[in-house]
Amino acid sequence: MSSELFTLTYGALVTQLCKDYENDEDVNKQLDKMGYNIGVRLIEDFLARSNVGRCHDFRETADVIAKVAFKMYLGITPSITNWSPAGDEFSLILENNPLVDFVELPDNHSSLIYSNLLCGVLRGALEMVQMAVDVKFVQDTLKGDGVTEIRMRFIKRIEDNLPAGEE
Amino acid sequence: MADEALFLLLHNEMVTGVYKSADQGEVENGRCITKLENMGFRVGQGLIERFTKDTARFKDELDIMKFICKDFWTTIFKKQIDNLRTNHQGIYVLQDNKFRLLTQMSAGKQYLDHAPKYLAFTCGLIRGGLSNLGIKSIVTAEVSAMPACKFQVMIQKI
Repeated sequence: MSSELFTLTYGALVTQLCKDYENDEDVNKQLDKMGYNIGVRLIEDFLARSNVGRCHDFRETADVIAKVAFKMYLGITPSITNWSPAGDEFSLILENNPLVDFVELPDNHSSLIYSNLLCGVLRGALEMVQMAVDVKFVQDTLKGDGVTEIRMRFIKRIEDNLPAGEE
Repeated sequence: MADEALFLLLHNEMVTGVYKSADQGEVENGRCITKLENMGFRVGQGLIERFTKDTARFKDELDIMKFICKDFWTTIFKKQIDNLRTNHQGIYVLQDNKFRLLTQMSAGKQYLDHAPKYLAFTCGLIRGGLSNLGIKSIVTAEVSAMPACKFQVMIQKI
């Protein structure tokens, strides 16, 4: 039941951002930034709750994200597919995305990436465990695709222990 | 469910975000509170629709307020309102001694002047919920020592 609270609140947030910002690109950027700020804090909550140890490679990371994290916070388990030959890129396929329950994209917002917060969250959370990644949506049920697909690409290991700027 | 953590973080980020894009000053502060309250309003309307789909008709205004204090509050904040008072003339005071959105902030007077920002959304939630049950109201909140706070509901006779 309370997952609807999150879904509805997220919807109200996106609606408000669309009012505040002139174009979809700016809204997408804001969502990503907010997601990042959430991610850097969410990771602590996640590690405390889940007790998973350090991941040894990107494949383990992918498993933990899909089977533990997504399950814990959004109640879904995306599937992992489309590994790149080098093992540094994969896709998360979400059959259904709880964030878009009750949502329809109006015609004048075709470049809005509604769930972009998720990209920021993943990016921020992984940065806190020393991984720099690039995360983006490549398919979106809101735009008529059959599934929602998030592509994650490993960029590099972050060696410094200095925290990156949070905002 | 762990999604409470997610909601708390989202809520805090929303408050921060709304204030960041505003300038300083009384007028701006009011505008930010209004924005947050309006977001809460939309969410409250949506939530109450989902929750009351299968419930029986409410007997009267007090019945509705009790629903807000028990079922509504429990589903959203995992606990009931601790104390409900009314003057039986349209004013209700809902007291929550350990308000979930404030427990992480402080226990006492620290950051007291920031508390209203974190209550605006919830005021809207209550107002929105009541609105879709046919009650027009004004909801305000006050905090004297965190994490306890009081929500005051003033029913508007149409």
